[in-house]
Formats: sequence, structure tokens, C-alpha cells
Amino acid sequence: MSDPQAIRVENLGRVYKIRAVKKGEARERVALTDVNLDVPRGELFGLLGPNGAGKTTLIKILTTLLAPTTGRALVAGYDVARQAPEVRPRINMVSGGESSGYGLLTVRENLWMFGQFYGLDTQTTHARIDALLEIVGLADRAHTKTSDLSTGLRQKMNIVRGFLTDPEVVFLDEPTLGLDVGASRDIRRFVRQWMAERAGRTVLLTTHYMAEADELCDRVAIINAGRVLACDTPANLKRRLQREALFKLETSPLVNGALTTFQTLPGVRKVLHAPHDGFSALDLSLEADSALSGVIGALTAHNASIISLQKREPTLEDVFVDVVGMSMTEAEKHGD
Amino acid sequence: MTTLVNTRPPDRGWRLFLRTIVARAYPRVVGQQREKAWIFFETFLPFLATVGYIYVYRAMQAPEDYIGFVVMGGAMTAFWLNVMWSMASQLYWEKESGNLALYVMAPNSLMAILLGMALGGMFATTLRAVIITVLGSLLFGIQFQVSSYLQLLVVFVLTMTALYGLGMLLASLFLLWGREAWQISVALQEPIYFLSGFYFPIRSFGFAIAMSASIVPLTLGMDAMRQLVFATGPALGFLPVQVEVAVLLVLAVGFVAAARFWLSYMERRAIEEGTLTDRRR
Repeated sequence: MSDPQAIRVENLGRVYKIRAVKKGEARERVALTDVNLDVPRGELFGLLGPNGAGKTTLIKILTTLLAPTTGRALVAGYDVARQAPEVRPRINMVSGGESSGYGLLTVRENLWMFGQFYGLDTQTTHARIDALLEIVGLADRAHTKTSDLSTGLRQKMNIVRGFLTDPEVVFLDEPTLGLDVGASRDIRRFVRQWMAERAGRTVLLTTHYMAEADELCDRVAIINAGRVLACDTPANLKRRLQREALFKLETSPLVNGALTTFQTLPGVRKVLHAPHDGFSALDLSLEADSALSGVIGALTAHNASIISLQKREPTLEDVFVDVVGMSMTEAEKHGD
Repeated sequence: MTTLVNTRPPDRGWRLFLRTIVARAYPRVVGQQREKAWIFFETFLPFLATVGYIYVYRAMQAPEDYIGFVVMGGAMTAFWLNVMWSMASQLYWEKESGNLALYVMAPNSLMAILLGMALGGMFATTLRAVIITVLGSLLFGIQFQVSSYLQLLVVFVLTMTALYGLGMLLASLFLLWGREAWQISVALQEPIYFLSGFYFPIRSFGFAIAMSASIVPLTLGMDAMRQLVFATGPALGFLPVQVEVAVLLVLAVGFVAAARFWLSYMERRAIEEGTLTDRRR
């Protein structure tokens, strides 16, 4: 296809009709509002947002599983709503925590079955299965029944399934959800390697793990409550905050009054407080280093002692807080 | 990862259709071999019910061919159970496991998936049906008197085509639903046993009820097969075999065509409403 964009999303919206539990309750839920995105071929693009932000809804639309209510989306140059048969051979998807396939079949048999659904001949399918299982470290489990695999190994099998068809565009929906550190690292390594070796292939990754997006993605869109609020490279997004001074502060337990005081101090832009057992953790966003003296003064006034103080570089978490106005955890609670 | 290069382009069209059928039938055929406990429970339990009816007929001193009728009914029960639980409500389970989204998203046709499910299920169930028939025949000394093997084969194939066509139609209709589909299967199971004459000749109902029950392909299929394999079969039959064959042919074509239409319609609606992947909205 001549379209340089692997994914093109224009004014996309989706409203779900919900069965009312009580009379008079809202019967609609807006999942996406006026989303616009362009993802060029060869890019690893991240959608970052809390649970319920609309990430999965967007992926479902892009994978032809859900019709948009408004706007349109093109994948590999084809309209997902009107040209689904053209889109489907070119894409694949892997979701976190999915239990696809059949437990009675072995890893190889399940993968072979899904390969057949894409029209791959058996010889090609087995050659690819061998190559991919080797890369994800699952070669010795090829003849293990899927029901006997651990969650991490099963997800590695799912990853192989998603890449087996050598798709032009791969959608990874929270692919490392619930996995241990080792399995998550292996999957990230595999995705990076695949992107490096398959020029022009595109990955759209949704995650609510900031570090994952930061580590993997060429560009990131921050999405919350169905709207894309920012979209740029992780470096550029973080650069926005470099005019701010960011500190991580641990103190003796704080009372709520102290927090209110901090937020009204001159030069203090944002304060995020996380109470822990026996201490309080504060993330401070200040206009300049000089504002720190006011915070320390206020801490002293509230009889709080400083356990540790660290100046740090901005992260995507800080960007998220800056763009959305609350942390990812708070956004998830808000969404619920 | 250079081994990912195709040795030849992926199949499309009818080749992909056939590949999908074979691939989706595979888990059912292989699953049968891997979980031998299934064979025991899905053969032994229906066989127990069959034996119960046999002793009732013996106690009543019913004609001996009734014992054969019951054994045949018991064998066909396996197919009805397979259609209800592994066809009609199967897309519900596929949705729960996440397979349905992958099936829809792949370039294959959902119709090929359903056909694969049907063929695989038919293969696996035939084994159970044969075991029930052989066991019942040996234990109770059933005398078969087949009047035409060719007609018997035609009736069996048509019955299976119509029955699994019905299963595919129900699966299509249930595509929009979640657990309701499972509950409908529960609700349909026993009434169909009764109305289709699994354990007695359908003729006992009288013409109107027997004709209404004939919408379920097993009703006429079993009636025709009983007429073809038992000496007293024709005397106890509901309609002439040729008529039953004609009706079964209409049902087979009708159910498969209806399944194709509704599957396409329901898939479109499910995509619009967002019920393909979500259990309930």
C-alpha cells in the first residue's frame, strides 16, 4: 500500500449502550471522543492510560472487532469498518491475560491451528513456530499441553501466535499484564528484536506501565477518559517538564493539613502524597529549586522530619500527572 | 527471525476456507484421544438412561424391537448433546476464552469455523454413538434387519447435516448473547429428548405433534433409520422413508443456508453493539 501511515484515526468516537440496572440510569457510556492519531509504518507506538481510559476500545476498533460510532480509522490503508476483509490478513493482536487456544492441544498444535486460520501452509507454519519459540525461550515446551503452562509461558505462546503470521501491524493490548519481571522483560526484548529485524512493521502497544512505554515506544499518546491528551516521543513529553524541579521526599508521617499547606506555598506546582507504613512519600513539582526551602520550612512547622530527599529527572508518570492532573492510580479510581 | 519469510503466499478463498475447517476440527478430534475420561462419561451416562428405558419396556413386555428403538435413541442422544453443548453454546465459551475475537479478526470465515466445529464434533460423537449401539446390541441381543444400507447411509448423512446445520444456526443466533445461550441450551435439552422420540416411536404423539417435532432433524432421522433397520420399523414409522428423506433434505439445506445468513447478520450486529468480545453490556 502507498499509505505511509500504518494507522490513521480521524475524529473517532465510540459510545456503548448499556443495559440499565435501575430505571432512569444513564444508558450510554462514552468510551472514545474525537480521537485523532497517525502512526507511520515502522513505528512502535504506545497508548498510555489507566484502566477504562479507552485504550482497549480503540484497539478493538482498529482490529475490526468493534464499529466506531463516529469518525473513521484506517489500518494499512484500509477502512476498518468498510474494508475489514482487507485489514484482517494484515494485522494480529495479543492481549494481556488472554487464554486463547485449547488447553488439550500442545503449544505447537495451538500455534499451527491459528496459523491455518491465516492461510499459512503447514511447512511455513512449523518453520515459523520453531524460530519464534526459540526466540521467546519456549522451544522446549513445544509439545507441552497449553493447560500445563504457567501464566508467563502461556503469554509467551500468545506472543508467538500474534507474530506468527508476520503481520504488517501488531496490536499488543497490555501484553505484560500480570506477568513477573522476567517474563515481561523477555516479551519486551522480543518486541524490540522483531521491530529491529522487520523493517516497516508497526506495533501499537497499550499499557498502563509507564516504564514499559518509556522503554519500548518511539512515540506515546496519553489517553484518559476516552480522549487523547498528549502525543509525542517520550523524550519530548518529558522535556516539557524539564523547566520544573522534581523532588522525591520521604518524611515522617504527615497529616492532611500539612499537604494543604504545601500546595499553597509559592513556587509549588504539584504535590503527590503516598502514605506508607511509618513514613510519607511526597512527589514535589516545583517551579524552581529555590521553592524547596519553603517546603522544608513548612515540614518543620508541622513537626515532620525528613528521612530522604532526592532530586530526579522527569518520567512519563510525571508527564501523565501534568497532562491528566492526577496520577495513574488516582485516574483509575476516578474512572471507576 | 529471517525464517519468517514465506515459502509461499498465504492461502485465500476456498483454500483458506478448507484449511480453517480442518484446523478447527482438529482440537475436537484430538481432544477425544487426550481426555479418555470424556468417552467414559459421555458414553456411560447416556447408556445408563438407555438401559433404564430398556428395563421399563421389558417389564411392560413391549415388542422386542422397542429395545432396539431405545438403543438407537440412546446413540443419537450423543449427537443431540454434542449439538447443544459443543455447537449451539460453543461461541459463548469461545467468547469467554478469548478465541472468538481471534476467529473474527483472522481473515478466515466464521462459517468455516462453525463447519470445523461441526465436523470435528460429528467425528468425535460418532465414536460414542457406535459404542452405545454396539454395547446395547450385545448386552440386550438386538436383532437388526437392514432393508437398505444405501438408504440408511443417505438418511444418516442427511440427518447429521440437518442436525449440525441446526447447531450452526443456533450458534449464530446465540452470538449476541452471553450466558443466556447456555441457559437456553439447558432449557432445550429435555424437551427435545421427549419430542424427538428418543425412547419411543414418534408416531405415538399423533400427526400434529409429530409433524411439529419434525423441525428437529433427529425426529425424522431416527424415525427413518428405525424403519430401515428393524423388522417392525415400517409398521411403527411416522411417514414413509422417502418423504422423511425429502423433508430432511429441505431441513439440511434450510438450516445451513439460514446459519450462513444469520451468522453474517449477527457478526455485523455484534461488531456494532460491541458484544463480540464483551461478555455483557
